[in-house]
Amino acid sequence: MTDLTKLTIAEARKGLKNRDYTSLELTDAFLSNIEAANAQLNAYVVVTADKARNMAKASDETLAKGDGGALEGIPLGIKDLFATNGVHTQACSHILDGFKPAYESTVTTNLWADGAVMLGKLNMDEFAMGSSNETSYYGDVINPWRKQGSNQDLVPGGSSGGSATAVAARLCMGATATDTGGSIRQPAAFTGTVGIKPTYGRCSRWGIVAFASSLDQAGPIAHTVRDSAILMKSMASIDPKDTTSVDIEVPDYEAAIGKSVKGLKIGIPAEYRLDGMPGEIEDLWQKGIAWLKDAGAEIVDISMPHTKYALPAYYIVAPAEASSNLARYDGVRYGLRVPGKDIVEMYENTRAEGFGNEVKRRVLIGTYVLSAGYYDAYYLKAQKVRTLIKRDFDLAWANGVDAILTPATPSAAFGVADQDLHADPVKMYLNDIFTVTVNMAGLPGISVPAGLDKDGLPLGLQLIGKPFDESTLFQVGQVIEDAAGSFEAEKWWG
Amino acid sequence: MSVDTQTVKRVARLARIKVSDDDATRMTGELNAILGFVEQLDEVDIEGAEPMTSVVDQTMKKRVDGVTDGNKADDITRNAPVSEDQFFMVPKVVE
Repeated sequence: MTDLTKLTIAEARKGLKNRDYTSLELTDAFLSNIEAANAQLNAYVVVTADKARNMAKASDETLAKGDGGALEGIPLGIKDLFATNGVHTQACSHILDGFKPAYESTVTTNLWADGAVMLGKLNMDEFAMGSSNETSYYGDVINPWRKQGSNQDLVPGGSSGGSATAVAARLCMGATATDTGGSIRQPAAFTGTVGIKPTYGRCSRWGIVAFASSLDQAGPIAHTVRDSAILMKSMASIDPKDTTSVDIEVPDYEAAIGKSVKGLKIGIPAEYRLDGMPGEIEDLWQKGIAWLKDAGAEIVDISMPHTKYALPAYYIVAPAEASSNLARYDGVRYGLRVPGKDIVEMYENTRAEGFGNEVKRRVLIGTYVLSAGYYDAYYLKAQKVRTLIKRDFDLAWANGVDAILTPATPSAAFGVADQDLHADPVKMYLNDIFTVTVNMAGLPGISVPAGLDKDGLPLGLQLIGKPFDESTLFQVGQVIEDAAGSFEAEKWWG
Repeated sequence: MSVDTQTVKRVARLARIKVSDDDATRMTGELNAILGFVEQLDEVDIEGAEPMTSVVDQTMKKRVDGVTDGNKADDITRNAPVSEDQFFMVPKVVE
């Protein structure tokens, strides 16, 4: 029998419908991969094997009747940021110790309604703050990719590092993820997978642990552009429980795949060419341009003068919102409590022990920039810069650009515990230099694997689209995937 | 702008995070690195730019002002570190 874990969602969907195999067989195949690999890769923080088998059996009964939703019987991994009823939901933080919500996030509710099977909860940077999945309370996630001839552990990127590793190492068919500054697209690029952050307001944020509410969006990580379109369709919805959920019907994203890109205008922003950027990233970008040109797209040079200010503005806006959102973790309503001599000391002790260093750093920055006398100098200014960043994009769309092509990350995956990156927080933040503009402007962005670097590590290209035009990203993304092929890490783990 | 260790301690107090003297010293350096980085924004001409309030062009949705949820005190207190009779228990706050 073929290895069921090597199938795409699109293939498994067909096989399940034809009854070539059952969802239980498929689910068991993934559970046994997880059992063998998780000690080394640390992608899952909880495996819900019994729940998975029960959901798979229910799907098999539905399929046997000739019924079934769009994801009937498809086993998925869920980032620990999504509330799952009665199941570990801690944003991989110590402060949410033991938290099991009595409710389910809208995004996961949508997935289960479409028949998907939950394998477990995936590791991530604590509260989604990180670019290497090294800030999790549950330890580092390891990238299934290694440099050729090396056995050094590499990071999978972050914050959705567990999601990216689980997909790349065949520990699930697809995974949910979230993206506040690049947390879907950067790990996808580091692991040779496809990741899309949709337009702000496309996926409901209800039941997703909040980091920076004006930037957070959920999206999928999967093996192919088509699989990510299938997942995106199920995850997105119009939700009365989230006032920022937008009243636009969710289109059939798959319908866009395979459509010609002839005549589409693809913008190439000069400002994404950084000083000191590795030649390989530039070469990859040129390759992407050539592929799209060959496919009939029109390539136009564009200018986005405020690009370089997106990351500094982000490091005001995101921590400010985080400091406010994370005020709720006080040792009273849920999670960890560390006693103190009075209630204030109890709060202080709880938050000192419950939050990791990166989270503390961002809460302090956020508290500082919002504090009396500094609000105008930092927060208000950053929100004005944000308006200018969005205006750069609006101008490109007004000039007829259909999508923008950029590199996804300034480098390939780096080593675990990289001294240089840990010595200076700003250096780590630079990982998101190409992705963060998209969050600041609320736009959709997809990262598609486009090649390998000289060490054999995957690199991704990013496509940025107009608001609620995810379809064009899937359409153009498929052209890149067709030209670049797909990439699989050579197996060294269990 | 940069911060000194005293300011870091004051901000930590505002954020209700206990920091030791060593923590405060280490964090002062880290916070100044970040504040130094964001100083680039001083170069931007923000004249006439409105601060962003919503990234998506949509009027805020409003719901009917009515009770749509409730009667689940057990669910709400279930995850509390200390609770009693559907109340959250905290150290004494009134003398």
